[in-house]
Amino acid sequence: MAVLMNEDSRVLIQGFGGAGQREAATSLAFGTQVVCGVTPGRGGQEINGIPVLNTVREGVEQYHANVALIFVPAPFAADAIIEAADSGIPTAICITEGIPTLDMVKAKAYLQQSATRLIGPNCPGVIAVAEKARAGIMPVEVYMPGNVGVISRSGTLVYESVDQLTRLGIGQSGSLGVGGDPVIGTSQREALELFQNDPNTAAVVLIGEIGGTAEQEAADYIPEMTKPVVAFIAGATAPPGRRMGHAGAIIAGKAGTASAKQQALRDVGATVVESPSLIGATMQQVLQAQGLT
Amino acid sequence: MKLHEFQAKEILAEYGVPVPRGRVARTPDEAAEIATELGGKVVVKAQAHTGGRGKGGGVKLANSAEEARHAAGEILGMQLVTHQTGEAGLPVHSVLVEEQIDIARELYLSIAIDNSAGKPVLIASAAGGMDIEEVAGKTPEAIHRQLIYPHCGFQPFQGRALAFAIGLDADLLRPAAELMGNVARAFEENDGAIVEINPLVVTGDGRLIAADAKFSTDDSADFRHPRLTELRDTTQEDAREVEAHEAGIENYVKLDGDIGCLVNGAGLAMATLDAIKFEGGNSANFLDIGTANNPEAVVTALKIICEDPDVKTVLVNVFGGLARTDIIAEGVVQAMTSGMLTQPTVVRLAGTNVEEGLKILDDSGLNVIRADGFAEAAQKSVAAAAAASKG
Repeated sequence: MAVLMNEDSRVLIQGFGGAGQREAATSLAFGTQVVCGVTPGRGGQEINGIPVLNTVREGVEQYHANVALIFVPAPFAADAIIEAADSGIPTAICITEGIPTLDMVKAKAYLQQSATRLIGPNCPGVIAVAEKARAGIMPVEVYMPGNVGVISRSGTLVYESVDQLTRLGIGQSGSLGVGGDPVIGTSQREALELFQNDPNTAAVVLIGEIGGTAEQEAADYIPEMTKPVVAFIAGATAPPGRRMGHAGAIIAGKAGTASAKQQALRDVGATVVESPSLIGATMQQVLQAQGLT
Repeated sequence: MKLHEFQAKEILAEYGVPVPRGRVARTPDEAAEIATELGGKVVVKAQAHTGGRGKGGGVKLANSAEEARHAAGEILGMQLVTHQTGEAGLPVHSVLVEEQIDIARELYLSIAIDNSAGKPVLIASAAGGMDIEEVAGKTPEAIHRQLIYPHCGFQPFQGRALAFAIGLDADLLRPAAELMGNVARAFEENDGAIVEINPLVVTGDGRLIAADAKFSTDDSADFRHPRLTELRDTTQEDAREVEAHEAGIENYVKLDGDIGCLVNGAGLAMATLDAIKFEGGNSANFLDIGTANNPEAVVTALKIICEDPDVKTVLVNVFGGLARTDIIAEGVVQAMTSGMLTQPTVVRLAGTNVEEGLKILDDSGLNVIRADGFAEAAQKSVAAAAAASKG
């Protein structure tokens, strides 16, 4: 199996509107089991052959859903995340962008006392390629089965690096977008652990961004890994962001810069690329050098 | 969204945080009137979304109503330039006229989100009135932190711990803890992103007072704060950024190069700038279209990009997930056929509906520079910008 998803993944979609239905169709065509949608008040309907339920709990009890994919609009998304966790579903993946940060603070505190792992929010989701298990919004055409895992804060940079790998004939075990929001369910470090523990993954692409210290925390774990990591930090040439004041800078300090993150990753043996267009080619060199192709 | 100091203080005062007596004025006469009410000795402070206002000439002491009128006359209408504003500065349309306070000590207090902890953190320091980033860099031990737990909120013991840490006298422990709790409530109930009180003053007669205040809120929570959104002052923002915001585009940033970039996703936006730089070029701006689902939004986005006089070349770099590349292509074609987009335009599309998108470009017969892959997109736009600037 790959990370978090496999042939036995049974996806429930929370917020079964236009985007949810479209992505459900793509996942079904890819070969994923999409077992039900949840839209409160619409229970009993069926859309494109997929039963619609009122609650996540019904989906777990009646359809044995084990992955919740959340498209619920931002004002109500934290409620949806907590509902997923309350129903005991092991993996919740939240695509929604623009959830108020303090809503996520509360949801995360709830999740920490539950057995549910949250991916995202504001993420492209998770895919296990050979297992044909997709819970997310990623375009499936760019993927091919293989042994490279891809982790990114940004959705589009997941697709970008997967596309580069595929064009070079390098397949992927899967990809996991951790999400671009300040408060997220699964960190880059935890995502590295998941791929390190995945027998189908031989090497990992890690795509970070300026701001915060999550890349340094991920770097702290790399010495414990047996698999090579190729990293890119987006925003090396971006001017300092719109500073809202100084309080944020206290937390991050100079650690938020691309160069600090690149250095932290180099120090632990990751291969850091300077241009996003070099991610695929660099992974190819690393795989060849280590005899992993 | 950033608030002005007077707005921040109004909110904090509602939560019981002591602030200096005073009001906002929009004319020198109003400033004089307020100064008279306050007994003559006042400070007149420019209201603009920037720090370092004092050094920029935006804060003046006045010892009479006449002096206040004069100071306000100098400050109102100025373009305030500070280390945070850039050369153009920010316009000043209002001043805060406040009583002068008797300062014994200057402390620092702020709340922001600690991303790693996933919680707000309240930060206090005895080194108030200074650049706190510098304090954190040179003397990190002078910075004290307490996480705020979402289900129970900021607790008095946390306030006392911080009060001890910053060396407050025993008789200020309780008021300081109460003040911190009130700031935390103001932060939580208004969906704060950052609140910063610098300095938090201990007066000669032993009272705590928020002498300056910054408050910015989480834009994602605007929907539940209609009252706060009315406080938005668009004169403090870049005009094109305001236009982008009003068109529902969250992320437009002006830069100093000559390639305008339309992208989807913040990560791809930054990576596109990186790739352009790597190929020897510079971006004039970038606009993150997100998951725009109609060609009109794409046209609006391109309008914002290509109306920037610095833009010699436009690069459209979209990797569709939720965003559909056929809609992006449709928008590019509309923008070019209407004669709005006249700069050389490099288009790189990949992902969702890419065949349909490329067919729309082909069928249009327009002179679009097509690029395959990230590196080629960056190379071709840098080359086109270089050719355009040679004329």
